[in-house]
Formats: sequence, C-alpha cells, structure tokens
Amino acid sequence: MCLAIPGKLIAITGQLDETFRFGKVSFGGIMKEVNLSMVPEAKVDDYVLVHVGVAISMVDEEEAHKTFEYIRQIGELNELNDDEDVLRSIPNKTARP
Amino acid sequence: MKYLSEFRDGALVLKLVNDIRAIVTRPWTIMEICGGQTHSLVKNGLLEMLPKEITMVHGPGCPVCVTPLGIIDEAIHLAEKSNVILCSFGDMLRVPGSKKSLLEVKACGADVRIIYSPLEAVKLAIENPDKEVVFFAVGFETTAPANALSVVHAHKLGVKNYSILASHVLVPPAMEAILSDPETRIDAFLAAGHVCTIMGMEEYYPIVEKYNVPIVVTGFEPVDLLQGILMAVIQLEKGEAKLENQYARVVQREGNKLAQNTISEVFEVSDRTWRGIGEIPLSGFEVRQQYASFNARTKFMLNLAPVEENKECISGAIMKGLKKPVQCPNFGTKCNPEHPLGAPMVSSEGACAAYYHYANSKQVMA
Repeated sequence: MCLAIPGKLIAITGQLDETFRFGKVSFGGIMKEVNLSMVPEAKVDDYVLVHVGVAISMVDEEEAHKTFEYIRQIGELNELNDDEDVLRSIPNKTARP
Repeated sequence: MKYLSEFRDGALVLKLVNDIRAIVTRPWTIMEICGGQTHSLVKNGLLEMLPKEITMVHGPGCPVCVTPLGIIDEAIHLAEKSNVILCSFGDMLRVPGSKKSLLEVKACGADVRIIYSPLEAVKLAIENPDKEVVFFAVGFETTAPANALSVVHAHKLGVKNYSILASHVLVPPAMEAILSDPETRIDAFLAAGHVCTIMGMEEYYPIVEKYNVPIVVTGFEPVDLLQGILMAVIQLEKGEAKLENQYARVVQREGNKLAQNTISEVFEVSDRTWRGIGEIPLSGFEVRQQYASFNARTKFMLNLAPVEENKECISGAIMKGLKKPVQCPNFGTKCNPEHPLGAPMVSSEGACAAYYHYANSKQVMA
C-alpha cells in the first residue's frame, strides 16, 4: 500500500485555492491527474513521487546521482568486482537458512 | 533520469551482491519493515542472491495485514447498508472478516467500489448526494496525508455525505514492539522509505540508541534494497549502530512538513490493535473530535462486539519475523490467494502472497 511511483510533472491543470493544486503527471507515458498540495515547490518538468493520487515528495536528482557514486566507490574499496564470479555462484546457491 | 530503470540495473545489482559478499563474516538477521520491500526482494530473486550469512525477515509493514478483524467487520457492516457506497483500495476486498469478506458482500449486491485515491471517494460523494460515501482509510504514515487531505477537501467543499473508516497504524511503535519481544532477534532494520518521506528520520534516533540497532532508511528498487542491506552489513561488521539514509533522493531528514501538518489537522495518535500482534499503545491514528462528522465510527454509531482472530493463521509470528510463510502448515494448501485464512496471503504487500506468487518455496525453505 505504501507503493509510490516517480513521475514527471507535465502540466499544472487546476488550482482550487492557495495550496490545493492539481497537475498532469506522466509515468513513462501514462498520464494521471495528481494532487500537488504536498509539493507546493513542484514545477513543470520536475519529477515527483506519487502515492494514491497525491504527490508526497519531489525527487532530488543530485541525491540520485550520489547513490551511484556511493556504489562506485564501495566497489573500488573492495576491489572484488568479479561479476562473473557472482553470476556463476547464483544457480548453485539454493540453501537458505 | 527516470528514477526507476536506473535502480533496476542488473550490473549494479551484481556489483552490490558482490560487495556484500566481500565484507560479510558472520550471520546477520535483517528485517525489512515494509511489505513493498518484501515483495521487491522476493519478486526480483534477491533473497537467493544474498550470501548465506544474511537472513532477511519480513516485517509488519502491510497495513492490510495488520487491520484487525473487527474493523473489517465494521466495513462489511457499513457496506451492507442500502444507502452506503463503501470505497476501498483493492487489497482489502478479499481479506476475510469474521464471517465474510467485502468481495462476498459485493457479490451479494452491496455497493463496494475499488478506488485508486481517497480524493476519488470525495468526488463520488459529490456525484451521489443521496448516498453516504464511506472510504475505508487503511494505511501507514505514507497514506495518512492523502486520507487526511480527502477529509480537509470534503470539509472545504461542504460535502456532508462523506466519511472515513480509519485504520491507520504507525511504524516506530511496531518496531519497538518487535524489539521488545524476547523471542525476536533482529540485528538491523531497513526502515520503510516512503513512510520516512512523510515523517522524516527523527523518530528513529531513539530506537537506534535504546536498542543499539542499525537502521537504514531504504527504497524499494533492487539497487536500493541491496545498497540498504550493504549499508546495514557494514555497520554490523564494524559493531556500529547508526541511522543512515539510503533513499535520500526522496527522504529528507525532517520529512514533508506540509504532509505532517495535514495529518495532524485531521488525525490524533491513538492506541491500536494490530491483527496477529495485539494492542500497541499509541500506534495509530484516529479522526480528531473536530472532524467527528467525517468519522464513520461516530456517524454510524459503530459498536460491534469484539471478535476472535482465526487461530489457523500465524500472521503474528510472520510479521514479527519469527516464522517464514512457508513454515505455516496451511501455506498454499488450506490458505491461498483465492481462499485466504488471513490477510498476508491476499495483500499486495503480504509476505505470504509474495512467497506464493514469486518464490520457489522449496528453495526458500531448504
């Protein structure tokens, strides 16, 4: 139920009062009307995280890039990036405690 | 960036599995709180890729699963009234009440409608002025702002025929209940990313401190989950217990203040009974007195006799991480998604449903 999907704000479509705004959000091309009351800073072309028809957060591009940076650095630290080794081991690994 | 496909990248997944494998030296038990995370772990086959030292146990973060039988009976009671349109998220329909499910009363002619957003229910109320529209407002902190917003919106528009049947629960008290249970042994938690999007991170510091347990706020995609597990394992291997944020692209330390304000405008913290777990003090939300006319319990004077949970369903042990779904004698036989004994088998976030649909149960159990 806590499923929330990022989508791109395409247009602001309505405003009832100061905070109660609606917009059209594209989820990989599928359009939905979304309530924007919780993200007053959202502008067209921003990515927002949508849960049950309400945008609950902006998506921060810089922080998203930091995730990949973190993963890259961890790999360098371990110097154990033998992906083939991982691939080989998966089919044999059936035991789970 | 689309913020989805990048976090499902196979090469990154393998790299993270490799990184976890490289640092783990001892067995660790990690609980992911949210049922959405459970489904992602099982559906994407991540459990089988993790090194054998890491055991993931599945937490109580499935609002449908923890909604007590009594509240489902209340919803059924309302749906059976001839002037009521009962609106619900789809997950709730198959969940068995003490005698029947919402799906069964719908089949008998009750006006039960599946909706995607609580704001649709307000629209239905406006379109059906001669009916009472009740929204079955189930959820954790993630869903509370949207449900509260529907009440604020209906109030502003002067809609009198809309009310909610609230069954709202909170994550931190449930984590404390699990950590205080002498039977459970959880070494670290992956906190539920979308709950923290709303509430922020502050309320988890006291838990980290009191129980000396690492908590990593984690997202839902395969890369997110594995990075969250990696961050937890790094802490465990170093003997540390910190609160960390893997999901910073949407989770800010202070959360979403506007969403929090909307929640506290409509709801107040209350005691709640959790299906399979029991009563946890101050672990949920109830509609405030000033919005009593939007509270279905007050409006319809609901006062049903308490009911006993089905003893054949071991959902409590599953949601506390004591048992895996496949360890239930009724799993996949007497209990299946068509004929469930309990909610975890039908909810899209239920651990039993995740194992039933996606896991090779022999493999997981071995």
